[in-house]
Amino acid sequence: MSIHVVARLDEVPPGTRKVVEVAGREIGVFNVDGELFAVRNRCPHMAGPLCEGYVSGAVSSTTPGEYHFDRVGEILRCPWHQWEFDMRTGQSWFDPARVRVRAYQARIASGASLVATDEAPATTTDAAPPAEGMVPGPYVAETYPVSVEHDYIVVDLLSR
Amino acid sequence: MGEVGIGMARPAGAGIVDADVHCTVPSAAALFPYLADHWVEQIRQSGFSGASENAYPPGIPTSARPGSAPGDGRPAGSDLDVLRTQVLDVDGVEAAILNCAYAVDTIRNPDAASAIASAVNDWQLAEWLEVEPRLHGSLVVPSQIPELAVAEIERLGDDPRFVQVFLPARSAVPYGRRDFHKVLAAAVERDLVVSLQYGGFPGNPPTAVGWPSYHIEEYVGMASVMQSQLMNLIAEGVFDAFGDLRVSLVEGGFTWLPSFLWRFDKDWKGLRREVPWVRRPPSEYVHDHVRLTTAPLDLDTHRPEAFATLFAQVGGADVLMYASDHPHLHADTGDDWTSMLPEDARAPVLGDNARAFYRLNR
Repeated sequence: MSIHVVARLDEVPPGTRKVVEVAGREIGVFNVDGELFAVRNRCPHMAGPLCEGYVSGAVSSTTPGEYHFDRVGEILRCPWHQWEFDMRTGQSWFDPARVRVRAYQARIASGASLVATDEAPATTTDAAPPAEGMVPGPYVAETYPVSVEHDYIVVDLLSR
Repeated sequence: MGEVGIGMARPAGAGIVDADVHCTVPSAAALFPYLADHWVEQIRQSGFSGASENAYPPGIPTSARPGSAPGDGRPAGSDLDVLRTQVLDVDGVEAAILNCAYAVDTIRNPDAASAIASAVNDWQLAEWLEVEPRLHGSLVVPSQIPELAVAEIERLGDDPRFVQVFLPARSAVPYGRRDFHKVLAAAVERDLVVSLQYGGFPGNPPTAVGWPSYHIEEYVGMASVMQSQLMNLIAEGVFDAFGDLRVSLVEGGFTWLPSFLWRFDKDWKGLRREVPWVRRPPSEYVHDHVRLTTAPLDLDTHRPEAFATLFAQVGGADVLMYASDHPHLHADTGDDWTSMLPEDARAPVLGDNARAFYRLNR
């Protein structure tokens, strides 16, 4: 019961983010050039709203005066103390072994794959759980009943 | 302990390394045997009496412990026998690091600064290091001109009697900046420690907020100068750029270190993108590359519990090197403060740390 549908894909176009609530916790979903990342919206430092922070790239160096800037869009900085986290793994930049935020697997699923195996449109929250064990989230039933025609973002709370 | 006088209660025992004792050039004429004729003539004719500034004004009580002047008109710190009878022989000191704070940085003629720095070093070699094998020397360099400082390190830095390069803590430009890297590189190449020491007369004020009015402000404020230099060295990335660089902070205190490093570590986590070559928390560079001498001891020595807390926060067993700082007197008490050291920290602080840092067993 760990897989949740959290948003319609077109709600989070590339370069944007959306903070959603899933099973009682806030999770930020980020679309980086079509690749999806999901990070808990709670900084491990002092519980700041991490997913509201500035999104940038990784800055590294091997010697004074040299700057490498890559992985643009994948490094998240907490708005409270600017600690940097890798969206891909949830690990902090400065102490990846000990400081990390929970990161989840996020992926795109078609509406058709999310509905019951008999391919009937999912129109209510009472719809039978899909074969993969997904639990339909609030958007499926209540906001977009004609869900089968769209792509959705699903987050697996047990992943990573 | 022997006849040590006011403020000189110190530990005694085998294996002590005193990481900071001073020698003082008694007069410009004392350097004549080590100067080219041209400079001797220049000095004689001009009446130049030696580097005019003095980080230790002779009349200030902190400059000289009672009885540390030879008694013949020469200044405290100018006589090897006094150092022997007051420190080396009394305490059972195995080795001591000799520092000469001759203010070469005040000499604006670059060639004169260079010649006089060389003369001071040759004087140290002939009259101190050669005569007293327990002493290990610090190279005086014209630190205001990096190229000339490098030249002096190249001239004498391979002599095993020198173990570090003396840089006055106050400088015109902080020592971590790129134009000074050549000096750091020259020291590292010869396995010399780079030593930041109390004093310096670069022409800019001794405080970051301008010229103060009184000597006490310069004296107390030296701790903040040390912080500025240490901060700059770390921010400029020198400890990764020169992986074998070792830096000693001498006579700048150490009690400020925990709060300084806590702040520096904290802000490095959030601001390190500006200085991405600083790849580790600043405190780790200090632990691995920096050692501090124990004088002056900015603590109430009658509160051992306060000492224990601060000592643990500093990581004292790893980073502190005992120093008498002879002949200076920093309002020490009559007690031997080292009795407050934790048992397992005694050997490191009183000798092992300095022995390892200065490679004294080679």
